[in-house]
Amino acid sequence: MTNLSTTPKAGRAKFLVGGLLIVAAVVYLIASSTQASAQYYLTIDELKARGDEVSDRDIKISGAVDGETISYDAQSLTLKFTIANVPADLDEIEEEGGLAEVLHNAVMDPTASRLNVVYEGPMPDLLRDEAQAIVTGRLDSDGVFHAYELLLKCPTRYEEEIPLQSEQG
Amino acid sequence: MIANFGYFALIITFITALYGVGVAAYGATQHKPAYVESARRAMLLTWPLITLAALALITLLINGHYEIRYVASVTSSTMPTYLKVTALWGGQEGSLVFWAWLMSAFASAASLRKWQRDREMLPWIVVVTMITLAFFLSLVIFFENPFARLWLTTDGQQVGAMLQPAGARALFPADGQGLNPLLRHPGMVIHPPMLYLGFVSFVIPYAFAMAALITKRSDDRWIRITRRWTLVAWLFLSLGLILGGRWAYDVLGWGGYWGWDPVEIAAFMPWLTGTAFLHSVMVQEKKGMLKHWNMILIILTYALVIFGTFLTRSGVLSSVHAFAQSAIGPLFFLFIGVTSITSLLLLGRRWSILKSENQLGSMFSREALFLLNNLLFMGILAVCFWGVIFPLISELVTGAKVTVGPPFYERATSPLWLGLLLLMGVAPLSAYASSTIKTIGRAVWKPALVSLIVPIALVVGGYTNIGAILGYWLAAFVAVVTLYEFWRGSIARSRRHAESLPLAFWRLAGRNRRRYGGYVIHLGVVLMAIGIIGIEVFQTETQATLARGEQLTLGRYVMTYDALSQFDTPDGRNVARAVVSIYRDGKLVDELYPRKDFYYASQQPMTIPGVRSTLEDDFYVLLVGWEPIAQQGATFKVYHNPLVNFVWFGGFVFILGTLVAAWPDQDPETARIRKRRQTSLARA
Repeated sequence: MTNLSTTPKAGRAKFLVGGLLIVAAVVYLIASSTQASAQYYLTIDELKARGDEVSDRDIKISGAVDGETISYDAQSLTLKFTIANVPADLDEIEEEGGLAEVLHNAVMDPTASRLNVVYEGPMPDLLRDEAQAIVTGRLDSDGVFHAYELLLKCPTRYEEEIPLQSEQG
Repeated sequence: MIANFGYFALIITFITALYGVGVAAYGATQHKPAYVESARRAMLLTWPLITLAALALITLLINGHYEIRYVASVTSSTMPTYLKVTALWGGQEGSLVFWAWLMSAFASAASLRKWQRDREMLPWIVVVTMITLAFFLSLVIFFENPFARLWLTTDGQQVGAMLQPAGARALFPADGQGLNPLLRHPGMVIHPPMLYLGFVSFVIPYAFAMAALITKRSDDRWIRITRRWTLVAWLFLSLGLILGGRWAYDVLGWGGYWGWDPVEIAAFMPWLTGTAFLHSVMVQEKKGMLKHWNMILIILTYALVIFGTFLTRSGVLSSVHAFAQSAIGPLFFLFIGVTSITSLLLLGRRWSILKSENQLGSMFSREALFLLNNLLFMGILAVCFWGVIFPLISELVTGAKVTVGPPFYERATSPLWLGLLLLMGVAPLSAYASSTIKTIGRAVWKPALVSLIVPIALVVGGYTNIGAILGYWLAAFVAVVTLYEFWRGSIARSRRHAESLPLAFWRLAGRNRRRYGGYVIHLGVVLMAIGIIGIEVFQTETQATLARGEQLTLGRYVMTYDALSQFDTPDGRNVARAVVSIYRDGKLVDELYPRKDFYYASQQPMTIPGVRSTLEDDFYVLLVGWEPIAQQGATFKVYHNPLVNFVWFGGFVFILGTLVAAWPDQDPETARIRKRRQTSLARA
């Protein structure tokens, strides 16, 4: 009950074509899904520089949360806060002394460009002063960013995190 | 004192490992068995040595030596002892020690097997495992020292170092900052060790593969020796991933269990190559084919294991951006690069001796379907890899950073997952070499027709989501085929051996554990698919702010907000705990207590959901906010997660099946001797 009428060469070609078809399908899936769901990941400076170019598509913005601007209306679940520009370049962050330092400086710097963010939903646990916020959503014509997704990261600094230290000779 | 002892033990282990590498290589190349034996003993010695270091670190953690930087960063006096012990893997430095500890234990265990037949492989096992061990040890010794103590330098900086920096004063903090509250969960206690066990045990088959290449062996001996190791590695990795999902569902409070986070993907990628490997080695064992491919898969798995350790070691909160700041990032990439290139060069040199013993004949033979399975797994791997590196590539090419999120992964992988489900139904019905489209078609049409009941019922029931209907059809198809395979095998055996059906079933599975364990795993996958499709497609959610006594409605459920209390706990938390009643179709079915804990020490709140869990669905309530003074209104976010428990139940079946497949058989040689003895006894 063997069906080996095909020569080895023809057999190999058959498999090569089949394999290539699958590879092509995977490539197509990756390319089309990238096309459909890729989002620009910008700093606030880059966002301002691009202007209207990105107004009709989903984008991701990273910035430092200014704790004094956080306001939350529990009735309507509306959360508003302002984020300050932080550089995206890792070397730049490293030069300034790490992410925690960069976030701190951004919030303290009155000249850093800022972005008002509106988010509807529960107040996240990690939202606090000098946290890094990564918001996904769209910029409206008034320059307010309407986020549908809000991610927060709080880098730690040893110098500040160890409480109640006492010193001995 | 204890810290110095522990650090010293690490250094001695490091030297011992390096000694093992050098002496094993020398002994093997110069054919001096005494050197090889010495290297083997050195390897056996690394485990007790590194155990001393680990015990020293655990002692420091338990006794609250907060002058040690690592202890201060992951423990605090309010933590229970078991959490202090598990803080060993709560941070980067400790988890590297823990990894090395497991690595050493597994390498020693692997070397204790009987070596008569494969003695020439032993030195190379020592070389590969001890190089890996030495790499991890060098990281903790030179860069991420868990025993470093805290100093205050003259310019007011806190630094960690073994030796006193010039002019610095020793610091003695009264308390530590404690383990991240998100990690104080029983799931977190076992999830990282499971993943690590999985990672580490994949090093063993890799070591044997390299040893086979170096000693110019073209047979499948390395696969047979490490078959169980691979299954155990895969078992732990699967368990780690499932537990991680459960932990996210319980703790992270977003109603899901898998978020396509880069860290999750990093742990998932070696699982994908490992799964492909488990399938394709069967083709090599049965047909002597795919030899090159299996080598490539195990090399890839090893590289991904190291990469995964690197990305996952500090848990969920480490981001792609955080690790790049650590000094060890480039070292990891260097190590992965060097080991991968060396392995591939070695494979290239042995390419010609690994010739296939058979040709692929039919497109529908078992081996061709295994190959297809591998292609699909590699496709999913490609999607994952692309998703992780795409931001970097787009930045290089266009200057703008572009990212992809969960929608990308879901869209790109779901057709591939459906393809795998289909294969899972078809492949068990195929035969090696001889299957054709005709024989397959003849075997497939009946179960396909029977399982058609499910999509028909769904359409009649008013469901319209094409993807979900197709997915459930395929799941039903796999279930029918798999259960039929069990039935057919048991019936045949019970006729042949005149056994009762249950006994025949038991012995059938017992005699061919890998095959029937594999089928049980497939059934687990079917159950998980039911749950995953359920929550992905049919999850609903709502949110509202309620005054006391008010209610919200979600589907058939009504929830009323009854009360809220707020109190401090002895372990340094402030707890706000709401009481809500759950009504289903107008009947009171449950009372839930969603709460929010605020950890004073780390200034971090944590949301713990209240969940009513049944086989049919979960009603998942989060307390989002409340009015602290009047305690009148509170905000809730509520999810309805249909069928989600099938994910966990399926996970359980999945692990059970892996245990069946990995359960030790009798060693073939002892079995033969025993059989001979029995027959001679029978004759006498």
